[in-house]
Amino acid sequence: MKILTEQIDVPGIETIDVFCKHGGYQAVEKAIKKMTPDEVTEEVKKSGLRGRGGAGFPVGMKWSFLAKPEGIPRYLVCNADESEPGTFKDHYLMWKSPHTLIEGMIVSSFALGANTSYIYVRGELMYVIHILEKAIQEAYDKGYLGKNILGSGYDLDLYVQPGGGAYICGEETALLESLEGKRGNPRIKPPFPAVKGVWQCPTVVNNVESIAATSWIINHGGDAYAAIGVGRSTGTKLISASGHIRKPGVYEIPLGITVEDFIYSDEWCGGIREGHKLKAVVAGGSSVPILSAEMILNTVDGEKRLMTYESLSDGGFATGTMLGSGGFIVMDETTCIVHNTLTFARFYHHESCGQCSPCREGTGWMDKVIYRIEHGKGRKEDIDLLVDVAKKIEGNTICPLGDAAAWPVAAAIRHFRDEFEWHIEHPELAIQPGAVYMRPGASWAQ
Amino acid sequence: MKVTIDNITLEVEQGTTIMQAARQIGPEIAPPAMCYYEPLKASGGKCRGCLVKVTAGSEKDPRPMPKLVPACLTQVQDGMIVENTINEEVLETRRGIVEFLLLNHPLDCPVCDQAGECHLQDFSFEHGVSNTRTAEERNTFEPTDLGPNIQLHMNRCILCYRCVYTADQITDGRVHGVMNRGDHAEISTYIDKAIDNDFSGNMIDVCPVGALTDKTYRFKSRVWFSKPVEAHCSCEKCSGQVTLWYKGDEVIRVTGRKNEWGEVKEFICNTCRFDRKKTAEWTIEGPTQISRHSVISANKYGANLIQPAFPISQAARDYKLINDDRDRSFLKDQIKLEAKK
Repeated sequence: MKILTEQIDVPGIETIDVFCKHGGYQAVEKAIKKMTPDEVTEEVKKSGLRGRGGAGFPVGMKWSFLAKPEGIPRYLVCNADESEPGTFKDHYLMWKSPHTLIEGMIVSSFALGANTSYIYVRGELMYVIHILEKAIQEAYDKGYLGKNILGSGYDLDLYVQPGGGAYICGEETALLESLEGKRGNPRIKPPFPAVKGVWQCPTVVNNVESIAATSWIINHGGDAYAAIGVGRSTGTKLISASGHIRKPGVYEIPLGITVEDFIYSDEWCGGIREGHKLKAVVAGGSSVPILSAEMILNTVDGEKRLMTYESLSDGGFATGTMLGSGGFIVMDETTCIVHNTLTFARFYHHESCGQCSPCREGTGWMDKVIYRIEHGKGRKEDIDLLVDVAKKIEGNTICPLGDAAAWPVAAAIRHFRDEFEWHIEHPELAIQPGAVYMRPGASWAQ
Repeated sequence: MKVTIDNITLEVEQGTTIMQAARQIGPEIAPPAMCYYEPLKASGGKCRGCLVKVTAGSEKDPRPMPKLVPACLTQVQDGMIVENTINEEVLETRRGIVEFLLLNHPLDCPVCDQAGECHLQDFSFEHGVSNTRTAEERNTFEPTDLGPNIQLHMNRCILCYRCVYTADQITDGRVHGVMNRGDHAEISTYIDKAIDNDFSGNMIDVCPVGALTDKTYRFKSRVWFSKPVEAHCSCEKCSGQVTLWYKGDEVIRVTGRKNEWGEVKEFICNTCRFDRKKTAEWTIEGPTQISRHSVISANKYGANLIQPAFPISQAARDYKLINDDRDRSFLKDQIKLEAKK
């Protein structure tokens, strides 16, 4: 079942003519001509669509929280500042089929009553920005954007804003600051963007994938979308699969397939590369906890783990992880977890905005300590120190970047503590190029 | 509105923050503030030193808040119950914050002009632990000049953003800000531009640490060797209400008057601060009230120093010697002196 990527390989789908020939912009016609904004919101609520940026908050609910004071404009901002290591789904969607996003933007803006909307695209993706701008111009020419859309009296202007070149600008309030032309520092909540967002006006910030999915929901009804998936995880999800698999790439999966299927089936990842075994998986982008092979395939109760929000987080952080933004990083037995953790820690050290002290100092500290361990200069007390530092960052920062920096480090130590200990006890072995600790009796160990 | 902080209930007005309510009770209960500065709008929330536990959100909704909240920005709800000094989680987090703030902060208090009136010193003394767990090298920056009057020691900066807000709200144009990000973020002007503004000197007063120092005062004295005196003058730019810091007969420094929380009551202009350093230019009102716990009181007005209640020989016996000859000889001399008496 494909929703967003069904026609993504049609030649010329990035142009509006081909897009319309394949059923494009029908949702705009339906929503604006036949529905009221509240009906659109209701339909999205019915669909059970959850935010695809990572947190998984229900989109319809977020929309209904939007403050609607008289005389104050409202805004919709699309968060396309996708910078999480391991995640590249929005990039793929916008690059291949920009009109899918634009159609969703028009429908969503109509539902929220926004007359100006922004797509905040990661600054490094300049060519995607050009593609989007071209597509927006086409939509203006066809009358889907601008004044009096389809004769309904509804006006919408859509702008593309290149990002400031920082991971932190993907955090919704930092994004709004950056959009306003300021330094991309997260704001302190409350007030939430639904009350005071961009230009101090009520604002909804949604991920590319969430917004793109709304047009299908309008075309086919919320119930049809809710029929896909399991429980509260409805619809489809784009997963960016990378790492030691045969077929890396972006896959649209119906939520609810098993993790085992996703990794080993030829329809998706196609299994681990020849002659190697699965060791660990980061299931939702770099910030979610890493899990070992046994834990990612089965829950602690012995059930098969599914690709859903609930199943992946089954068991909490002790034995579970999160679906996050869908950056599925697969590692085989040649991967050194300490090195991998160092890479993540270094990333968060580099990307911390430096506004609040636990994140600013803590990320740097963790990076330096893991660097020492990786390079054979670890001390025995370093492992507990890392756990303690991660604990003191988590939950005490202004924005979730602190949590995102603490979780992968804490999880790597939780599940692969022996590997860290081996680095500290056998520095002469650990610093050898390509040296990896083999846990005795583990399924991946040779 | 009723709020309970550390089992003390008091009545406050709507819109009061937990910090303001706690300050009404007193300094024993008030959470530490490294970045929050009441006279500056939008300040606070950054250092996370004032995180407190809210065990009941309000009377209507008595659920506890899931995370610790910054006391400086969280508004009081009717019936809110807050735990500050009686909650171990809060204290543990605060120990962590001290550790984070000191991670890249040089321990150069013996040569730092702020020592004795430094908020970070107080904060780490009250809430920190005495040992260190870090083996990492500190990040360092070069000291830079910010115009003719202000020196910036970026090493000591804790990025509280107070000086940024001061320049935004007090002066008529901000030319400095925070560059870069993470632990390499630094206060800087755009391409070493000088800060030249009539009220720029207030940045020195609001700085909680020794990052921004007064060039006319640097290395001249220690704060506990000087005597603060309230004085005023008729100044056309500002209120002219200042504190003069005397060393002997000489005015070595002029600052704004600060309240008990270390916050400037009225911002003063650069002329008063840097140029009026003669007693004749001021009308003296009388000595400044300083808390007797402050190190500034230790040496003022020629008062007798408190004599230790125990003999020095006992101190020498209990003293854990470190391997330093100077220490040992000093103590030996002291014991000899005592024996002679």
